[in-house]
Amino acid sequence: MKIKMSLMALLGGMVFGGAALAEPTPAMLANACAGCHGTNGLSVGPTSPIISGMASEYFVAAMAAYKKGEWPSTIMGRIAKGYSDEQIKAMGDFFAKQPFVRAAQKNDAAKAKTGAKLHEEYCEKCHEKGGSAGEDAGVLAGQWMPYLEHAMEDYTSGKRPMTKKMQKQVDQLVQDHKHAGVEALVNFYGSAK
Amino acid sequence: MFKVNRRDFMKLTGGAAVVGSVLGMPHIARAAGQKVVVIGGGPGGATAAKYLKMGNPGLDVTLIESGDSYVACFLSNEVLSGERTLESLTVGFDGLKKYGITVVKDTASAIDPAAKKVTTSGGKTFDYDRCVVSPGVEFNYEAVVGYSEAASHKAPHAWKAGPQTLLLRKQLEDMKDGGTFVIVAPPNPFRCPPGPYERAAQVAMYFKHKKPKSKIIILDPKDDFAKKGLFIKAWTSLYGYGTPDSMIKWVSGADGGKVDKIDMETLTVSAQTEDFKADVLNVIPPQKAGHIAHVADLVNEKGWCSVNKKTFESSKHPGVHIIGDASDATTMPKSAYSASSQAKVCAAAIIDLLAGKEPGDPSYVNTCYSIAGPDYGFSVAGVYTYDAEKNEIAGVKGAGGLTPVDASPEMLKREVGYAHSWLANIVADSWK
Ligand SMILES: Cc1cc2nc3c(=O)[nH]c(=O)nc-3n(C[C@H](O)[C@H](O)[C@H](O)COP(=O)(O)OP(=O)(O)OC[C@H]3O[C@@H](n4cnc5c(N)ncnc54)[C@H](O)[C@@H]3O)c2cc1C
Ligand code: HEC
Ligand code: HEC
Repeated sequence: MKIKMSLMALLGGMVFGGAALAEPTPAMLANACAGCHGTNGLSVGPTSPIISGMASEYFVAAMAAYKKGEWPSTIMGRIAKGYSDEQIKAMGDFFAKQPFVRAAQKNDAAKAKTGAKLHEEYCEKCHEKGGSAGEDAGVLAGQWMPYLEHAMEDYTSGKRPMTKKMQKQVDQLVQDHKHAGVEALVNFYGSAK
Repeated sequence: MFKVNRRDFMKLTGGAAVVGSVLGMPHIARAAGQKVVVIGGGPGGATAAKYLKMGNPGLDVTLIESGDSYVACFLSNEVLSGERTLESLTVGFDGLKKYGITVVKDTASAIDPAAKKVTTSGGKTFDYDRCVVSPGVEFNYEAVVGYSEAASHKAPHAWKAGPQTLLLRKQLEDMKDGGTFVIVAPPNPFRCPPGPYERAAQVAMYFKHKKPKSKIIILDPKDDFAKKGLFIKAWTSLYGYGTPDSMIKWVSGADGGKVDKIDMETLTVSAQTEDFKADVLNVIPPQKAGHIAHVADLVNEKGWCSVNKKTFESSKHPGVHIIGDASDATTMPKSAYSASSQAKVCAAAIIDLLAGKEPGDPSYVNTCYSIAGPDYGFSVAGVYTYDAEKNEIAGVKGAGGLTPVDASPEMLKREVGYAHSWLANIVADSWK
C-alpha cells in the first residue's frame, strides 16, 4: 500500500490540496461523472458525449489532453485536473467495461446517405466499421450528434490538434465538400442503429 | 469493449434483478435482507436509493416520499422566462421501482434512532439498519419581517418548484410593461447560490422581448455572490447593466440591500436605505434543513445537519445519514449535483458499513450551470476529496472553478446545450 502510494506520488499528478492521499475505488471515481455523462457513462444526450465502452487508451489520452489544455473544452479541462494519472487510468478501465449503446436521435436520411459515402472515402481507414470501432479514437457511430459537431468544428477551426494523417483527410474533405460534407458525416454517425 | 444496440440492451437488462451486475457493480450477497430506509425522493434521496440497489441488489431499500412525482427546481428559472414547461421538470418514481426499490407515498413524521424505526404521518412504521435523510430545505419565513408562509401565496418564493413557480410566472405574465419585479435574495448558506442571479437574467430575457420598459431589482444582504463576475458580464452585454437604462439593478448589502421589512398590502419592500414598491415580488427567505431533520433532532445550532463528511452519518444520531441541501457539507454548494454526488458517496459507505467493512475513500463532484440568455451559459465545477484531519470535503487544488470570463460566444453557446444535456442526464441518473 505504502509503496504503491509513493509510486503514485512519483508518477506525478497527485494534486490533493492538503488532504491525505485518498484512493477511491474506480466506481467511486467514475460514478461522480454520471450527472453529466449518464449512469455508467451512457449519456442520454442530447449533447454530452457517451463515454461508456470507450477504449481505455483513448480515455486516458483524452483526459490528459483536457488536463494540459491541449483539447478545447467548455468544462472538461477544469474537471480532468482533479484526478491523478492513476485515477484516470482506473476510470478508463471502468468505463471501457460498460456497454456503449448507440444514441437514438433524429437525423437527416439523405445527408446520412451522402455521409456514408464520404466516410468510406475519407475516414473508414482509421475509424473502422463505419466509425463503430474506437481503439485509439472515440466511437463515432451512435455518438450524440451535437457533440460530434463540436468536435468537428474544433478540428476544422484548428483548435483541436489532429494526427497529420487525419488532418490530411479532413482538409481534403472540407476542400472537396465544404461544411456540407461535415454535416453529412455527422448525420451518418448519428444514423447508426 | 462491446457494443449493443438499444433493443439488445433492453433484452440484456430485461430483468430488474440483473441490472446491477450488467452495469458492472459488485454484487454482495452477504448483506441480503438488510434494510435501508430513505426519506425524500429528490436528487439526494433518489440517487441514494438507486445506487444502494445498484451497489448491492441484496439490500431491502424503501424510499418514502411525500409527493406523487418530483418537480425539479434546477432549470425552473426557465419556466419563469417561458422557455420551458414545468412538466419538462417533472419526473415520477416508477424508474426506481425497476431496481427493486419499494417506493412509499407518505411523509416521514418521526425517526427513532434508538429503536431504528421511521414513523409516517400515514401511520406506518419502517424498521431500518441504516436510514438516509434527504429532505431538502425549509424556509425561515419569519426571518423576513412582514413575510410568512401565507404571504408566499401573494409574493411567491418559487424556491421549491411547483405551484409557486407557476404562480410567479403568471404574475410576471400579468404584469404591465414598465412594472418593477423585485427579488429579495437570501443570506448564505442557501440552496443554489447562483439561482437568484440566474433568475434575474431569465426574467430579463423575457422582459426584453415582451415588456422592455420593465425593471428588475435584486435586494441582497450580501456583497458578493456565486459567479458574480460572469453574471455582471452577462447582464452588461445582454441587459444594459451598468448603464442608466439597465434592466437589472443589484443592490448589495453595502449599498443598503438588506431588507428590514415588507408591507404585504402594498408590496413595498423597505431596504436599509430606500423603499422599493414592487409590482411583482419574489421573496427567497433564509433557509434551514427540511422539517423532518428538526423533528428528529438532527440539526445543529445553525439549523443544518452536522455529518461525518466521509459517510454522511449524523454526528448526533448513529445509523442516520443526511445528504443534500440539509447537510452541513457546505464546502460543496447546495445543488442537485452535490446532492447526487453525496448520495453516491453515502450509498457506498452504507454498503461497506452494513458489510462490516471500513468505508472506502470518497470522491465528490459538483457542477452548476447557469443560463443567462439565449446561447449564453456558464458553469462552475469542483472536484473534491475527503480531508480526514478536518472532517471536511476539500476541493482538489488546481481543479474546478468557473467558465473563464473571456470565454468565446461559441463556448457560451455550447454551455447552454450542455446545461440542457446535464438536466436529462442527472434526471436519468437519479430517477431512471
Ligand atoms: C431556482 C433554482 C434553480 C436551481 N438550479 C440548479 C442547477 O442548475 N443545478 C443544480 O445542481 N442545482 C440547482 N438547484 C438546487 C437544487 O434544486 C437543490 O440543491 C436540490 O434539489 C437538493 O436536493 P435534495 O435531495 O437535498 O432536496 P430536494 O430536492 O428538496 O428533495 C427533497 C424531497 O424530499 C421530500 N420530503 C421532504 N421531507 C419529507 C418527509 N418528511 N417525508 C417524505 N418526503 C419528504 C420532498 O417532497 C422532496 O421531494 C436550483 C434550485 C433552485 C431553487
Ligand atoms: C458538468 C458536466 C460534466 C462532468 C461532471 C463531466 N463531464 Fe466529461 N464532458 C463534458 C462535456 C461538456 C464534454 C465535451 C467537452 C467539453 O466541452 O468540456 C465532455 C467530454 C468528456 C470526454 C471526451 C469524450 C470523447 O468522446 O472524446 C471524456 C473522456 C470525459 N468527458 C470524461 C469525464 C469523466 C471521467 C468525468 C468524471 C471524472 C467527467 N467527464 C465529468 C461534461 C462533463
Ligand atoms: C489517420 C487516421 C484517421 C483518419 C483518416 C481520421 N481520423 Fe478521426 N481520429 C483519429 C484519431 C487517432 C482520433 C483520436 C483523437 C485525436 O487524435 O484527436 C480521432 C478522433 C476523431 C473524432 C473525435 C472523437 C471524439 O470522441 O471526440 C472525430 C469526430 C473524428 N475523428 C472524425 C473523423 C472524420 C469525420 C474523419 C474523416 C473525414 C476522420 N476522423 C479521419 C484518426 C483518424
